[in-house]
Amino acid sequence: MYVAVKGGERAIDNAHAWLAEDRRGDPEVPELSVAQIREQMRLAVNRVMAEGSLYDPDLAALAIKQSRGDLIEAIFLIRAYRTTLPRFGGSRPVDTGTMACDRRISATFKDAPGGQVLGPTFDYTHRLLDFKLAAEGTVPPAPTADPLPETAPHIMGFLDREGLIQSEPEGPDTPPDLTRSPLELPAERALRLQALARGDEGFLLGLAYSTQRGYARNHAFVAELRIGTVAVEMDIPELGFAIEIGEMTLTECETVNQFTGSKTEPAQFTRGYGLVFGMSERKALSMALVDRALRWKELGEDDSGAPAQNAEFVLYHSDNIQATGFLEHIKLPHYVDFQSELELVRKLRAQTAAGGVTATATAAQDCETGS
Amino acid sequence: MSDYNFAYLDEQTKRMVRRAILKGLAIPGYQVPFASREMPMPYGWGTGGVQVTAGILTPDDCLKVIDQGADDTTNAVSIRRFFEKTAQVAVTEKTSLASVIQTRHRIPEEPLHDGQILVYQVPIPEPLRFLEPSEVETRKMHALEEYGLMQVKLYEDIARHGAIATAYAYPVKVEGRYVMDPSPIPKFDNPKLSMAAIQLFGAGREQRIYAIPPFTNVVSLDFEDFPFDPSKADHACDLCGASDSYLDELIIDDAGGRMFLCSDTDYCATRCAAGEVGAQRMTLTEGAA
Amino acid sequence: MQTQSLDGGFHNAPIEAAYAFRAVMRAMACPGTIVTLAGAEPPAPLSRAAGVVVLTLCDPETPVYLAPSRNTAAIRDWITFHTGAPLVAADRAAFGLGLWSELGQGGFPLGTAEYPDRSATLIVELPQLAAAGATLQGPGIETSAELSLPEIAAFQANARLFPRGLDYLFTCGDRLAGLPRTTKVR
Repeated sequence: MYVAVKGGERAIDNAHAWLAEDRRGDPEVPELSVAQIREQMRLAVNRVMAEGSLYDPDLAALAIKQSRGDLIEAIFLIRAYRTTLPRFGGSRPVDTGTMACDRRISATFKDAPGGQVLGPTFDYTHRLLDFKLAAEGTVPPAPTADPLPETAPHIMGFLDREGLIQSEPEGPDTPPDLTRSPLELPAERALRLQALARGDEGFLLGLAYSTQRGYARNHAFVAELRIGTVAVEMDIPELGFAIEIGEMTLTECETVNQFTGSKTEPAQFTRGYGLVFGMSERKALSMALVDRALRWKELGEDDSGAPAQNAEFVLYHSDNIQATGFLEHIKLPHYVDFQSELELVRKLRAQTAAGGVTATATAAQDCETGS
Repeated sequence: MSDYNFAYLDEQTKRMVRRAILKGLAIPGYQVPFASREMPMPYGWGTGGVQVTAGILTPDDCLKVIDQGADDTTNAVSIRRFFEKTAQVAVTEKTSLASVIQTRHRIPEEPLHDGQILVYQVPIPEPLRFLEPSEVETRKMHALEEYGLMQVKLYEDIARHGAIATAYAYPVKVEGRYVMDPSPIPKFDNPKLSMAAIQLFGAGREQRIYAIPPFTNVVSLDFEDFPFDPSKADHACDLCGASDSYLDELIIDDAGGRMFLCSDTDYCATRCAAGEVGAQRMTLTEGAA
Repeated sequence: MQTQSLDGGFHNAPIEAAYAFRAVMRAMACPGTIVTLAGAEPPAPLSRAAGVVVLTLCDPETPVYLAPSRNTAAIRDWITFHTGAPLVAADRAAFGLGLWSELGQGGFPLGTAEYPDRSATLIVELPQLAAAGATLQGPGIETSAELSLPEIAAFQANARLFPRGLDYLFTCGDRLAGLPRTTKVR
């Protein structure tokens, strides 16, 4: 039995071999290609890119294949790869006002310039299993229309023009980078948003839902939800101007929330904001609600003690790679610390049985540090 | 693994880790924040220790990795392999031959000597965390040297149990200033924390590095009338007969029979090789066949 | 930028920096211990040890202060080219580099009560460095050690700031010794 504890090395090799076999599944069934995952599991790919903080659909698809569809494992693979990449520079901020929208809806105005565009959404599908998909088949092409005008103005801009929505202060020139410097509290909004953008979708969904049910209630109207592609530009010092280095799909959500105001300041709506890689609508909405809840202090609201208001709680627990690692580490051997507790409990029980040591009021007047 | 840099981390990350280590050594027991990177192994599985080890390794090093005192537990094997691949360093199971030892949950039984480095993997570096969950608050407490909360906790233990009910990760005070978590080592190991080797602590997920230079004054918190007690199981090792080592307890049959073995496998193997024999050595050898 | 500023860096940075750091770490962990550094050929009058420390620890994230004696075009270019460290005034510096007569004046970040690690590390170039002179005691020292410090009072005052305070690396030629804020100097 002592021997069984040994041989960790071979056990690891064999486990890896078994894992590889299991990942492939029945070899009679054709193998998935990375391109198939990229094209047909697009929302999974988007989530992996968003929470992996790396915009690369092919790598995300590869990670999903390698992780057998475990998206948190796939996110982990992407994060570990991302951290080894050299940095050539920072892009200019992307301008979502120039987004080529595939989807753009507002819950606050029936119509607005640019129109309401449903886009490829599950929203009004009846959730009935489509057994036709179980068989192979081609999909007829969707009807097309003329493209939308070049840019659709942000709905929020109309409220802003009237002074109805709180204006935001300019952020720092160079935003803080969560992946290059340790999280420091209190965290400013730029850092909070950064953490939320890569935070776990499920965790943020739960927090956002809790705000809707009264834990830091800030009734949110979706002023606008837009999904589409934006250009990514980078200043090239040698050239003296910016060039477009690519484009990416983003989901942006702006919410109009509970208004503030006082005797001296007129009533104004406040904002929540969500921005996520890819088509990640649930995540963008959740992010906007949690962002708004975290702003209680700067907006002069009360701390109701709700989890979504506690920046330290939210930021320290939203990262699923940190969370899953620490959660799963309890699988590792803890013989030593468990043994020490075992001995302590046995000793305490023996003392009790012997009617021995009981506390004295003078036990601990000051904490000595002598050994 | 020529695709990756020596010891995996890029040079800028290593510099950041190295600067944190130096400040840690200059302020013993103080947790230096560092921008922990995502490692190719899960948080909670030694990423802090691995980053510290990657920051200090040279090609001349001889590395030993233990988990629960053993060189052959799976995570120790995995981390040792990682550095064999990425830093091409020599590895050993002999405590005395290692120049760098990465550990989880134990300090080797054999006293470490000048020039050795012990790197701990730390899950929760903040000794006050389970008393005060907020980082903002605990940072203030360290700044003000306000450790009343810890005193109250230890006192309540005594009031309730008649003894301090902390068996591992037993808090210490370093050089009379910072209260520090020695990582989840059994309190049996606490007296060894004042040693000749350099001790470095890495908490990856929590983004903290801290250190104890050689010959630093490290004392376990206690009370005059309830002095610190580094006790362990009242047995000798059934394999090598050692009565001075920390023991693993094994359940050996359906009737709940027990056996006690050194948790430090190198210590045990060295004693066995020298001819020391414990009470159940014969049983074991037969069982292994 | 002159071509000489491109020379004198590490030939194999990951390996040379690893050896250099281990030596610097030992010096900081064991005050009074004198170690030898190799791998860099910085422009005069920067000592080799100081140059190696800069290459090993400095980068764009660490603002560096150059005292007048080290604030030459050649040294500025060399540091900028090899490390990318921004050159700043003393009160913003993570590292200070110069003679004791220059650096001893103070003005460097001492860290805060909550973040005592945010203090400067000073690289002090000395005309001689020997294990003789002031008596050192504290963490890293088994009983006591001796080191040829340029003075005593300033280091005693620094130690009284603990846990805030400056940390020192003394350099001379290719040799280096460390003096963290914890060391008690007599």
